[in-house]
Amino acid sequence: MGTTLAEKLWESHLVRKGTDGAPDLLYIDLHMVHEVTSPQAFDGLRLAGRQVRRPELTIATEDHNTPTLDIDKPIADLTSRTQIDTLRNNAKEFGVRIHSLGDADQGVVHVVGPQLGLTMPGMTVVCGDSHTSTHGAFGALAFGIGTSEVEHVLATQTLPLAPFKTMAINVDGQLPPGTTAKDVILAVIAKIGTGGGQGYVLEYRGDAIRALSMEARMTVCNMSIEAGARAGLIAPDETTFEYVKGRPHAPEGQDWDDAVAYWKTLVTDADATFDTEVHLNAAELEPFVTWGTNPGQGLPLSASVPDPESFADADEREAAANALKYMGLTPGTPFREVAVDTVFLGSCTNGRIEDLRAAAEIIQGRQKAPNTRMLVVPGSARVRLQAEAEGLDKVFIEFGAEWRNAGCSMCLGMNPDQLAPQERSASTSNRNFEGRQGKGGRTHLVSPLVAAATAVRGTLSSPADLPDAPALLA
Amino acid sequence: MEKFTTHTGIGVPLRRSNVDTDQIIPAVYLKRVTRTGFEDALFAAWRGDPTFILNQDDYKQGSVLVAGPDFGTGSSREHAVWALKDYGFKVVIASRFADIFRGNSGKQGLLAAEVEQSDVELLWKALEAEPGKHLTVSLEDRTVTCGDITVSFHVDDYVRWRLMEGLDDIGLTLAHEGDITEFEKTRAAWRPKTLPAKTEPKQKVEAARPAQ
Repeated sequence: MGTTLAEKLWESHLVRKGTDGAPDLLYIDLHMVHEVTSPQAFDGLRLAGRQVRRPELTIATEDHNTPTLDIDKPIADLTSRTQIDTLRNNAKEFGVRIHSLGDADQGVVHVVGPQLGLTMPGMTVVCGDSHTSTHGAFGALAFGIGTSEVEHVLATQTLPLAPFKTMAINVDGQLPPGTTAKDVILAVIAKIGTGGGQGYVLEYRGDAIRALSMEARMTVCNMSIEAGARAGLIAPDETTFEYVKGRPHAPEGQDWDDAVAYWKTLVTDADATFDTEVHLNAAELEPFVTWGTNPGQGLPLSASVPDPESFADADEREAAANALKYMGLTPGTPFREVAVDTVFLGSCTNGRIEDLRAAAEIIQGRQKAPNTRMLVVPGSARVRLQAEAEGLDKVFIEFGAEWRNAGCSMCLGMNPDQLAPQERSASTSNRNFEGRQGKGGRTHLVSPLVAAATAVRGTLSSPADLPDAPALLA
Repeated sequence: MEKFTTHTGIGVPLRRSNVDTDQIIPAVYLKRVTRTGFEDALFAAWRGDPTFILNQDDYKQGSVLVAGPDFGTGSSREHAVWALKDYGFKVVIASRFADIFRGNSGKQGLLAAEVEQSDVELLWKALEAEPGKHLTVSLEDRTVTCGDITVSFHVDDYVRWRLMEGLDDIGLTLAHEGDITEFEKTRAAWRPKTLPAKTEPKQKVEAARPAQ
């Protein structure tokens, strides 16, 4: 019987098969490091007198704590500054490459890796960050780890892991215009639940997935963790090879040919079976929005705020009632009437150049709703430079949005970009947990297209709701 | 790591599902560079509410948390485990745990004990009927006992062994360092190296300024 892609990746990185119930030992090809989850790991190395085993398979950048304004001045928050300084000192002491604030290759770790050509098919990729699943878009086994595991990888370049189960997410058919990768993954999470992927590696398959660009595939894989999955991946194809080719760390010459020949074998065999299979029809999807405080609490934008009483399950009913109270929403209100204070375009989910282009196309020549602010935060400094070269910064600024430096920004309440209590956002990020974007803040997760249209109308909206809906929706 | 065989302490019924790691410890507390001292950060947003369970005198000294399904979802922050441990929790009981949280717990000697949801309900009722009641968790027998109720729990065999022996993962792995070195010799040439660093040409990044 054949094997799945996830199993092939596992087998090809097996240093040692576990015996007597012990986990397998897997080799890690790339370890990405940021300031939040690494200080205690480097401390652990120092205490034990250990070195970083393979600094040349390790890369660090600064993203979670970094401000997106005045980056040429010292970081005002002293604890943030200490954490960043700690990373810089650790990188220096242990010989790890770092891209610091102000460097053209600084940015959200999951934007930086692929952009440098360090993420490729057939790899194992880890980082002390749950959204490491992003890199699965290349046909890599990529997953988030805790700080103890960060220390373990630094010291040994391996991880002891119990095998995953496999789940196929088949998205067949063609996405309707205006419906994006973000809507696909939000619909997947709503379907299988925030715990539905626990213990699984998800493989996204089907025509709708094949038709996605690399950046859109990263958006899908990025939020695998929101379905509880350890990782999500997509088999590599010409789209993948094309994206990797020519990037700074892409293989060249014979190495490139060898790599591509190998990458072409990275598919799930026709006779392989998954532990679980899920089907979605892309043609039935539409722009999606979350209404609650976990990413599984989502519905099409054309719907209304649900009534907690409509949930059959008692726990879901209580969770929905708690969520609506926190979110300040009344059952039955059409989503399109929900007024939004802040629109956030950015993050490792939707902070790439295509996301910025898509949003810019919607807002071009329009004016921002007067009572709504819009924050545009490129995922990396390179994305910002690229957008500026294309004139997108001017489009956003003329619209009335704020054009910022790269970082995690308002995706999480760790840097100066935060919601105030009760402030409501439409956000292209990945988590709508209570307080995620700032204490008391209320988050609706949306695609870049919905974010842009919402900034125009001031209420949750899709581009189709705009007068003279843009050509891409025709 | 301290060895874990059995623990007896006050049970805290937390009737919430999907307790994500942002609730266990909000991001603002993650800026610290130490591994201890996170007790004040545990459930920080909820602790402002006087009715929150850990603000009730009977439960303040709790060391066994009994929570709803899908505990520890979201961010990979191990700080969630540190905060629970620093507060004094030794065990978390739930019917489902997020994978990364479960892994982090095992590394830090916090027992994530998986029981049936119907048994969670039994424990909740018993703990609410008698606030401050003690639970005994036996890792040896894989049981939780609360008065006359005894329920069994699931924990991975290997994690159980490690917890009972108090063993550190890195030491265990380095016992097989020869295997790692052998594996490294087989890695294909195309696999990328971060050093020497390669980038697109360096460019100046202008600092964004606050909007007028």
